[in-house]
Order: sequence, then structure tokens, then C-alpha cells
Amino acid sequence: MGKHKKRILQLAFFAATYLAVAALIRAGTINDFSFAVIVTICINIILSSSLNMVTGFAGQFSLGHAGFMSIGAYVCALTILRRPTPLGFLLGMLGGALLAALVGLLVGLPTLRLRGDYLAIATLGMAEIIRVVFLNLEITNGAAGLSFIPQLVDWNWLFAATAGTLLLIANFLNSSPGRACIAIQEDEVAAEAVGVNTLRYKVTVFSLGAFFAGIGGALYAAYFYFIKPDLFGFSRSVDILVIVVVGGMGSLSGSVVASVLLMVVSTALQAYPALRMILYSLLLVAVMLFRPQGLMGSKEVADLVFTRFRRAEKTEKQGG
Amino acid sequence: MDVFLQQLINGLSLGSIYALVALGYTMVYGIIKLINFAHCDLYMVGAYIGYLCMTHAGLGFFPSLLLSMAGCMLLGVLIEKIAYKPLRNAPRISLLITAIGMSLLLEYGMMFFFSPNVRTYPPMTGLMARSFTVGGVLLSMQQVVIWLITLALMLLLQYLVHRTRAGRAMRAVSLDKDAARLMGIDIDATISYTFAIGSALAGAAGMLVGVYYNTINPLMGVLPGLKAFVAAVVGGIGIIPGAMAGGYLIGIVEVLVSGYGFSMYRDAIVFALLILILIVRPAGLLGKHEGEKV
Repeated sequence: MGKHKKRILQLAFFAATYLAVAALIRAGTINDFSFAVIVTICINIILSSSLNMVTGFAGQFSLGHAGFMSIGAYVCALTILRRPTPLGFLLGMLGGALLAALVGLLVGLPTLRLRGDYLAIATLGMAEIIRVVFLNLEITNGAAGLSFIPQLVDWNWLFAATAGTLLLIANFLNSSPGRACIAIQEDEVAAEAVGVNTLRYKVTVFSLGAFFAGIGGALYAAYFYFIKPDLFGFSRSVDILVIVVVGGMGSLSGSVVASVLLMVVSTALQAYPALRMILYSLLLVAVMLFRPQGLMGSKEVADLVFTRFRRAEKTEKQGG
Repeated sequence: MDVFLQQLINGLSLGSIYALVALGYTMVYGIIKLINFAHCDLYMVGAYIGYLCMTHAGLGFFPSLLLSMAGCMLLGVLIEKIAYKPLRNAPRISLLITAIGMSLLLEYGMMFFFSPNVRTYPPMTGLMARSFTVGGVLLSMQQVVIWLITLALMLLLQYLVHRTRAGRAMRAVSLDKDAARLMGIDIDATISYTFAIGSALAGAAGMLVGVYYNTINPLMGVLPGLKAFVAAVVGGIGIIPGAMAGGYLIGIVEVLVSGYGFSMYRDAIVFALLILILIVRPAGLLGKHEGEKV
């Protein structure tokens, strides 16, 4: 009962967002600058919700999400530089995401045996290696990067990718493998004891996260004209992790809320370029000091709206 | 052979600096299980304090070194008290994000107050500017000073950790915090003490790197910090001799890789070494493997 209402609310929210932004673009209220902000928000939503799936829900602490993003960005950019058509973009995006997932699989198999901080350091190392490889490859044009990438992303693409990512992740987390991943996060030894093949599910969720990071990277490349390896360094991975933790580990809507809020704050601070990062870092520390569990904790917005159903929902905690 | 020896000498100097920074990471991790991302920026602050002392206050090398160690010590303890202490019982990832926040604050605060420009250390004079050739290998006095200071600081650290009451408290807290508290050890004071020592070592490393490479900038700590952390993990995180060994290993590998013409790949090789060691020996070179606890 509550489940259906939530689903309807969700779809209504998605539809309303789509129509509202589409209408505002048609009316000319959203100019190029504000559209760039929206693009960044959507890319951040894709990246943070996929990292949240890996880190918040499945408990696998990754500091290398930007590495997967860069794979998606480069594959997509190289494809659409040769085929600047919507079909080329679609192929580039999927190709980049699949390659990112494959790398995630290859990296995950050995490293996901590690736990906690060790995994974080291994993924960090992996992302740095990917960055150095792009820095040295001929086809990626080294440190100078690729420029004049055709700008193929419009609101339809952006919305489809973002909403699609969110729905797929939410559905995955509600599925049997998704629940197995959540069980691993709760207690890995106990999960193994009840017959969850922990390594298999950890690798699955890790490469799925890499897939979506690849999608985010492809959108980035196809909107911002220009990519270079340094854009996808350690600090980008940290930025994504910050969104996840500020929004709340284990809350998809938290990642969405934090993506929007942090971008709004960051844009508002653009008027004071010198102080921008100082205020941003103070805000970060303040949020953590006063709300260590993140803005949403592990709750979803829909849980808060339907408080009446919360008791019934408690047994399946990760709904919506 | 000469080339190899020369690279080894350079590697030892770089390794000394990594080892000093890695010690701070490993000590803090050993005691509160936090990857202290702000640590690499303390190293940067140490380099700036040394720069200010040497150019504006006209102090010599050793007084500047002591001042930058003292300054970093104060700053390290202050950061611990303000930003980390209130989160002692919070989820560990919140603590990590706070550390990232403090790191950004130090970097961009430095840019705001001292401009993002690169600064140049004053050239060394007198004995410090000398260099000599031993068996076909060029050895500069600066390198010798770096080795000696690192060695002295490491011996001092060994003394502090193994021969003093506070050191014993540190070891006890890192072994088992609750049991240590039951034995009447002041946990908060011990943690502050650990931060003080680690930060002072980072300050010394920053000052030494300023003297050795001449240029400093507000973001100079990021990559060396990562590599020093890698060194700590490679040696076995939480283990003090491990951090020293890891630091020297990473420094020497990095210099050898660049010396033999793969300088573009040196960061990748360092991180590949890390992943390899994590897979083969997850507890690090000197670490003991602990069985899984239920």
C-alpha cells in the first residue's frame, strides 16, 4: 500500500521536474549558465548515487570513483569526436560505461577481498593509475586533454540518464542481489554465514557503480567541450564522497538533496572566489560536527513524507 | 653503477621526507583509526613557516626548523581539539570527511592569506651550500643534513615511544582504547600528544623539502601526502618502523623509476606497488596478519 503510493509520488516528482525544467528552458528563463549548473547537479546526482550504492548501501569504501568517471568521459569523447551524432553519443556513453564496469570488475576481483580503509586506499591507487595512463596515452592527447568535443547533451538526454540511473539503482537495491549487498554492509561475516556469496555481490555492486560513474563521465565530456586527466584526480573522487556523506550514507534521496544543495551553495559563493573554498570547507566541517550521520541519515525523503507508514516499512528499511 | 648509486642517494633523501610524513599518518591511524587528510597540509604549513622564518625573520636553518616544528605541533593539536575530538563517537566516515574539510581549509586558507603563487626558498649559504664527490657520486650537504635530521628525529621518536610514560600510554591506547582507559590513562591527552608528535615531524619534513627542492606552494602537500600515506600502508599501517621502511622504499622506487626514464609513469608505479602489496600482504610489509573476528 505505502509502497505503491511512494512509487507514484516518485514518478510524479520525476515527471514534474522534467516538465518544469523543459518549460523553463522553452520560456528562456534558464540561460546557458543556469543550464550548466543543472548539468553539473545531474552529473553529481549520478556519481553520488552510484557511489552511495557502493559505499553507503553495500559498505565498500571507495575513493576511486573519479577514475571510472574518466573512463566513461574519454571513451564517449573519443567516440563522438568521430561520430558527432546522437547515435554516436549513445554508443559512446554505453561503451564508456561498459568499459568502466569491466575495469571495475578487474580491479574489484582482487581488491574487494580487502576491507574498509585498505579498500579505500587500493581504489584510490587504481584511480591514480587510470589517470596516469590517460596522461600518457597517445589517443587521449596526454596532459593537454581532448577539446572541441561536440556538445550533444540536452535536457532530454540529461533527464533520461539521471532518472534512469536513480530508478535502476533504487530497483537494484530492492532486488535480491541488492539486499544481499545491504546484508554485507550490515555484517559481512553474518551475511557469509547465511549463504551470501560476499565477494560475488561486492564485485557486482562495485562494477555496477563503475558503470554509472562511466555514464556520469560521458555526460560530462559531451557537455563541457573539454576533458583532461587532471579533472578526474583524487579531489574529484573526494568531492563525490563528500556529497554522499553530507547527504547521508544509505539514502539515495539524500545524495540527490546534497547534490543540489552543495551545488547551490557553491554557485552562490562564486561571487567571492577567494573565500569560496574556505567557506565551503568550513561548511563541510560544520555539517559533520553537528550532523555526523549526514543530512538525511539513512532515511529517504519518501519515508519522511509517509511517516504514517513508517512502522510498517521498518522491517524493510531500504524502501523507496 | 654510478648512475644507480646516484639515484639511490637521491632516493634516500626523498625517502627520508616521505618517512617523516608517513610517521605522522601511521601514528594517528594507529591511535584513532583516522586517515588524517589534513596531515599533508601540515607539511605544507611547515614549509611556509620555515620560509617566513628564513626570509622575513632572517633566522638560520636550525632555528627555523625548530620553529616550524613547534608551529605545526600547535596547529596539529588545535585541529584535533576543534575538529576531531567532538566526533570521537561518530561514524568513522564523518571523521574522514571532517579531515578532508580541514585539509581544504588549510590549503585554501593559505592561498587566501599568502597568495597561491609559488615561493622560492632562499639559497643556502656556507656549509649547507657545499657538495662533494664520493666515489664518483655527487653528494650535497643538504642531502646529508636531511639524512642526519631524519635519523635524529627517528631515534628521538623511538625514545619517546618506547622509553617514556607518555609513549607507553600511546602504545596502550593504540592497542586497546577501553582497556587503557580502565588502567587510568588519559585518552584525550594521549591522542593530543600523538597529534603533536606527528605534526612536528610533518613540519620538519616540510621545512626540509623546502630547502631541498627550493620551491613551495599551497598545494605542495597533496601528492607527497598521498604517497607518504601509501608508504605508511606499504610498511604496515600503525607500525612506526613500518612507516620508516615504507617511506624509504617508496622514495627509492620513485627516484629509480624516474632515473631510468619512466618519470611519466612514476606515480602509477608507486600506486601499482601499493595495490600489489595490499593484495599479497594486506597488513603491510611489517604488519602481522590478524584473523577475522566475529
